[in-house]
Amino acid sequence: MKIRFRYSKLGKVRWTSQRDVARMWERALRRAGLPVAYSQGFSPRPLLSFGLALPTGCESLGEYVDVATTQPLDVAGLGDCISTLLPAGVDVQAVAGLPDGSASLQQAVTSCVWQLDVCAGSTEELRRQVAGVLSAGSLPIERERKGRVELDDLRPAIVRLQVVGSDQLAGQEFSTLLAEVLTQPRGVRPPELCSVLGAELWLARRTHHWIEHDGRRSEPLPIDAPQVRRWKDAS
Amino acid sequence: MTERVPQAPGSSQGKDVRSLWPRIEPLLARVTKPARYIGGELHAASPVHEPGRVAWLLLYPDTYEIGLPNQGLQILYEILNERDDALAERAYAPWLDLEALMRASGLPLFSLESHLPASRFDVLAFNLSAELTVTNVLNMVDLAEVPMRAADRTCEHPLVVVGGHCAFNPEPMADFVDAFVMGDGEEVVGELNQVIGDWLRSGRPSRGDLLKELAMVRGVYVPSLYEPRYEGGRLVGVEPVVPGTPERVEKRTVADLDAWPYPRHQLVPLVEVVHDRLNVEVFRGCTRGCRFCQAGMITRPVRERSEREVSRMVREGLAASGYDEVALTSLSTADFSGVEPVIEGVLDSAAGCPGAPPVSVSLPSLRVDAFTVGLASQIQRAKRTGLTFAPEGGTWRMRRVINKLIREEDLYAALDAAFSQGWRRVKLYFLVGLPTETDEDVLAIADLSKRCVEIGRRYHQNVTVVVSVGGFVPKPHTPFQWFGQDTGAEIRRKVILLREACRGARGISLRWHDPDASVAEGIVSRGDRRVGAVIEHVWRHGGTFQEWSEHFDLGLWQAALDACGLSLHDLVHREREEDEVLPWDHISAGLHRDFLWQDWQDAQAEEAVTDCRWTPCYDCGACTDGGLEHVVASPVPPAGGSQGTGQDIGDARVPASLVRGPR
Repeated sequence: MKIRFRYSKLGKVRWTSQRDVARMWERALRRAGLPVAYSQGFSPRPLLSFGLALPTGCESLGEYVDVATTQPLDVAGLGDCISTLLPAGVDVQAVAGLPDGSASLQQAVTSCVWQLDVCAGSTEELRRQVAGVLSAGSLPIERERKGRVELDDLRPAIVRLQVVGSDQLAGQEFSTLLAEVLTQPRGVRPPELCSVLGAELWLARRTHHWIEHDGRRSEPLPIDAPQVRRWKDAS
Repeated sequence: MTERVPQAPGSSQGKDVRSLWPRIEPLLARVTKPARYIGGELHAASPVHEPGRVAWLLLYPDTYEIGLPNQGLQILYEILNERDDALAERAYAPWLDLEALMRASGLPLFSLESHLPASRFDVLAFNLSAELTVTNVLNMVDLAEVPMRAADRTCEHPLVVVGGHCAFNPEPMADFVDAFVMGDGEEVVGELNQVIGDWLRSGRPSRGDLLKELAMVRGVYVPSLYEPRYEGGRLVGVEPVVPGTPERVEKRTVADLDAWPYPRHQLVPLVEVVHDRLNVEVFRGCTRGCRFCQAGMITRPVRERSEREVSRMVREGLAASGYDEVALTSLSTADFSGVEPVIEGVLDSAAGCPGAPPVSVSLPSLRVDAFTVGLASQIQRAKRTGLTFAPEGGTWRMRRVINKLIREEDLYAALDAAFSQGWRRVKLYFLVGLPTETDEDVLAIADLSKRCVEIGRRYHQNVTVVVSVGGFVPKPHTPFQWFGQDTGAEIRRKVILLREACRGARGISLRWHDPDASVAEGIVSRGDRRVGAVIEHVWRHGGTFQEWSEHFDLGLWQAALDACGLSLHDLVHREREEDEVLPWDHISAGLHRDFLWQDWQDAQAEEAVTDCRWTPCYDCGACTDGGLEHVVASPVPPAGGSQGTGQDIGDARVPASLVRGPR
């Protein structure tokens, strides 16, 4: 059986890497005594499959992991149980058993939405930059792939981009952007987006993953109302 | 390297109790592995800072990944946080990228739990386990905005305390440290807390009085109360200058490990660290008597934890941490009386639950024999890790000199067992630069290794024997403390000799430790108080992270010696004389000086001694002076073949002068 968890990653824990997140899940599941299935071979690994990696330093309101188990399980109450075993800032928001033959997260997810807090002079200036990006025919950027620098076009991956607000923090003005970007064949990293906008990234928070299929959009695991439990910093 | 601009020393008066996190976080996007600085590990404490609690900051002078697993630090962390008159947080050395940003923005060293400034704590307590981390201690004190020299600190500054194995020669760091603590910390940390707490509650009268009080605690050395005397450039004594201060500082020894089952809740880090697994200490101390091994000498006598307690700690530790690997730690775990039942227990409990994840047990510090390999193959069900053996010397003669009593047959039987049970890669550790060593002894390492490859090829087409060679550094409180360390050039010559001998040999992969690093380690290992200026000079010229080969620079150390008018020959390469005062003679690790001297003579005469756990006492001093005894469950040596476990060590004998008969 496969179980899909949706979880948040907020606060200080955003500085952990995707590998760190995988290890914290493995340990939490072992502590919970869940019958997780293991790979075969000399070094058996628990069969956990994460979707898109969340870059180190980014927050998220909706990350996903699929866990293979050796026997069917009742998922009721499982989310709260696992949440207490995960580090502060990582909270399970939804759990569901997956039907057999479900597509993997990597295959299914087609786009994701980022909320970006950036510093870019004035909001007006940023709006002009956004308009420029959206009207551009192509947005060439340099990317490193296997140690070689390659030229890529960012424009086809940008589905939606808009300035949704501005605020002040520590005496500095910042703007908030929403950006929906395609995840296939290759994702777009928030710093890449900011570089084409000429903006300095303060905080990137992924808000949604979307699966688009035959013109219909759905989330890998919907939640009624995102229950964001902010990690209270000990300050 | 660039000159390091010191942080302006601050005073902790009007202490800032606010978290530095808002200033730290903006820097994290610009540093490698930022999660090293966020805290939040499983089982980390959330201490409450309030009057009546002594605030300890426990520091490890290397990166988070190296420092976090340190068991000594974790033990003290829990013991302090369980008290209602103490609290403890942790800090590790920030990597160079963060340090540069911290210095540029005037951000001081901070704790991981509350992200408070280090200078806000009452005690900065360092674990000093490796000589070359000393410059990092200075760097962290400086980053904490605390005056570097103990003499410059006032009542408002934290106490700087150092424990760990390197504290057993405190003199090189004497100018920078308020108090050293010798030996096991479990009991003495509470006594220190009491003295410091009383002083704080009485309104911080003079710092001098506090230091005098601390010096009266058994196991504590306050260097400012002692002065070294020199005659003609030679040390003739380190003596108390304040009446009533003990002339000799005795180490602390915990008699019953079962009474201190710590860490109860091992920290589980969010990022990958070294030894990333549950660690359960099965015994402390070792009486194998390897003459080069400081750890074995200074941690005597052997005190085993009971099999029942070990099993409980393993079971509960795995359940609470979520780890799938447990290491049974000690200086030679195959010698633990309960090793087989404990391992069986772990494996049975894992196999007992259907679908339970595989748990692997690792045994660091393997003994070289087939029994050990049998254990290893039995336990490595979850994942098969490498096997490492440490014959240390290439010939039986050499191994008798160092008292590492492994016969060639033992080694070959161990290798045969390993290869026949599926291992294809085995690692062997050797030392070069040992006392009485000849080129023949060095070249024998190549012969031995080639023979090991041959054994492997009986079972597999391709095998690798990794031969790892380190340059020997004599350590205080060992029989080799008088030995004149080989020069870097001599070690290098021996390594090249070995490399030539292994050239073209299939299956051997030779690796060696930088001979220059061994030289610098030698400066700190047996240095006296004058070496403090050398350490400070190296630090001021950018020499931090000297344990890291990419940052190590012998040129810095040589320049510092020149600047201080000290010679490498005198400090490192010179053989010491019998009646010479050694810089650590006023510190007692429990060992009689005449026992060590006799053992040094025996070494040069190629005479071996057997393990006193199961043979008569040599009166080394560890048990008799401390009123202690070995705590060993098994009345007979464990099964196996080597190292005092029923082996025939030929004409080796126990020197009659040392035998005092069974107690």
